[in-house]
Amino acid sequence: MSDIRFTKDHEWVLVDGDTATIGISDYAQEQLGDVVFVELPDIGKTLEQGDEAAVVESVKAASEVYAPVSGEVIEVNEELEAAPGRVNEDAMGEGWFVKLKLTDEDELDDLMDEAAYAKYIKELD
Amino acid sequence: MGESSAAATPEDLKITPLHGLHLELGARMVPFAGYDMPVQYPKGVLGEHVHTREAAGLFDVSHMGQARLKGPDHETVAAALEALAPGNFKGLGAGRQVYSLLLTDKGTIVDDFMVARPAAPEEEGSLLLVVNAACKEKDYAYIAARLPENVTLEPLEDLALLALQGPRAGDVLARHARQAAEMIFMDARRGTFDGIACHLTRAGYTGEDGFEISVAADKAEAVARALLAHEEVEPIGLGARDSLRLEAGLCLYGHDIDETTTPIEAALNWAIPKRRREEGGFPGAETILDQLKNGAPSKRVGILPDGKAPAREGTEIFSTSGEKLGVVTSGGFGPSVGGPIAMGYVQTGASDVSTEVVLMVRGKERPAHVAPLPFVAQRYYRGKK
Repeated sequence: MSDIRFTKDHEWVLVDGDTATIGISDYAQEQLGDVVFVELPDIGKTLEQGDEAAVVESVKAASEVYAPVSGEVIEVNEELEAAPGRVNEDAMGEGWFVKLKLTDEDELDDLMDEAAYAKYIKELD
Repeated sequence: MGESSAAATPEDLKITPLHGLHLELGARMVPFAGYDMPVQYPKGVLGEHVHTREAAGLFDVSHMGQARLKGPDHETVAAALEALAPGNFKGLGAGRQVYSLLLTDKGTIVDDFMVARPAAPEEEGSLLLVVNAACKEKDYAYIAARLPENVTLEPLEDLALLALQGPRAGDVLARHARQAAEMIFMDARRGTFDGIACHLTRAGYTGEDGFEISVAADKAEAVARALLAHEEVEPIGLGARDSLRLEAGLCLYGHDIDETTTPIEAALNWAIPKRRREEGGFPGAETILDQLKNGAPSKRVGILPDGKAPAREGTEIFSTSGEKLGVVTSGGFGPSVGGPIAMGYVQTGASDVSTEVVLMVRGKERPAHVAPLPFVAQRYYRGKK
């Protein structure tokens, strides 16, 4: 199963098997503006759904990235430490933050699919 | 993702005469000091910051308070203001401007503000003030309550204020206002911009050469559009205004200075000239003069994080042995520096440049050191060399 889901706080999660890749949406990177620093969690850290998974900083402010689902951190995108601007360039791809080993697939049901998220951000503007 | 921002209903917010233009230019608007203001335009904070340092940026600072202090002659008006602030207003030349501080009786800072003595003889007996937007009402009440009977404070509500900042600012402005070419840093002149009456000062808050243009509210848009028509000029929002002034080591009222800090703690000693140090006669003079002589318990310094993590306002500063030294009052990313920069207060014993400190950023210890201010050299125009 490979499927992308979004949170109301503008994180995305892409599930492939039991691996959940997490990032922020294109809408979120645009709202943030130029990303200048990303703080990533330690590998092995266990996150509950809604926990702070990472921090993303623009020139203006620091914002938390929350875990859309629960799981153990198995990989972080170390490229972002040297090239945080990748979040702006490719938020939905190369600009991913964290990979988790998914613990509860049912949590995905709480999240929006691509169509629902598109409708959600349209209502925000 | 979560970002905390102050909530305010748009209906409560005031607007400047350039509000419509900001929207037309695609600005993202945020509440600031009671006004709906542009935080950035489509170019983005980073691009706007760099553009200002390389060419020229146009800022709407119409939210700031402009007022006229008026009396029978310069001596009387200057004396009235010298009772409230430690500047040398009596010695301020016609056509010159100075940065100063309104002080409480404890010697702490009510506001920082600009004072210009108009050049024209017909304006003799006036001083033109520019105060912070968030402090307008407080400042005006404070000043009015302490003036002698023959000096009045007149808020100039029907004026807009634009700032044109950057190395190309002088060149661009001179195409519309020939007076600009004859001015040096901190000069103040009445002039015309394409025939529109204005008051120009060669000053700003970015560390760059530049001007502030005070003009009738209903003429502000024409001035802004004429400036934006030049390829050197881009509109710049509050986001880049903040990163530019931080790199320039300049204080933001309500953050780096407020009614809990004295000018000496804030390292603004230069704002108290020799005569005022000798004569005193400003609010809190006893405390301030004592601190000048014997030092203050804490001091505002530059802080340079050794790594890449920005340290934001409120970040606690510790010594390498774990003793709390103070707190960051402004911090972020300096686009021209290419890394994180901050200012904050530390115990005076730890205020020497290069002192190693530790910043607690989200529970993590981040090494940093005390650094000289400004982070980016100021490039004010002081005349041909």
